[in-house]
Amino acid sequence: MRVTVRLFARLRDLAGSGELVRDVPGPATIEQVWRSLVKDMPALGDYERTMSVALNADYSRMNAAVQDGDEVAFLPPVSGG
Amino acid sequence: MSVPLVAVTRDPLSLDALSAAVADATGADGAVTSFVGLVRQDNLGRKVAHLDYEAYEPLAVRGLERIVDEAKANWPSARLGVHHRIGRLELGEASIVIVAASAHRADAFSACRYTIERVKQIVPIWKHEHFEGGDVWLEGATADPDDETARQTAYRIACA
Repeated sequence: MRVTVRLFARLRDLAGSGELVRDVPGPATIEQVWRSLVKDMPALGDYERTMSVALNADYSRMNAAVQDGDEVAFLPPVSGG
Repeated sequence: MSVPLVAVTRDPLSLDALSAAVADATGADGAVTSFVGLVRQDNLGRKVAHLDYEAYEPLAVRGLERIVDEAKANWPSARLGVHHRIGRLELGEASIVIVAASAHRADAFSACRYTIERVKQIVPIWKHEHFEGGDVWLEGATADPDDETARQTAYRIACA
């Protein structure tokens, strides 16, 4: 199945793109999407301890299931305000 | 066009416009408080040139709405508006405006303070700081709206 991955701030800089289309074998969780991404881009791996994740523009968890067509976002620690 | 109570926008912020949107003409309110966050020239010993704010916009709006709901649960008489700006901001420009109205001043102050503390904890917005000699992405809190410890911390600060 195919998911859209959104990356922000320094994660986007490290990946060189803020939006990637990824094919992952289903069924999959957000964690599996992340693992496949880090396999291709090891520099992202340091963020695993501090980032949070979103699924279809809502707060989510690494163990959430993803469906074909979903948008998965990886969020570095936030600094708004 | 009416001003939304919650917004993430590239346009300059207006405290007056948000205050008017929050205001209640019925006379029920006894207090209005506001907070305006500005781009500051000094940060951690660096001379800031300007900031670029980035957001995951749909989730940022959702996060702000969630915070407003939390504040209303804590202080039921409070009404809130919060606008966050993104894009390039120069020194002295407003990055966030919060307005809280309530029957009594204590609730208005608390709701306003709670909102800015929670924005810094959970809203997916990032500062890209451009300073003399380089640039850096600022990273604060891991955004987890269900982190009860963080929520309690914001509540304690708001009631201090």
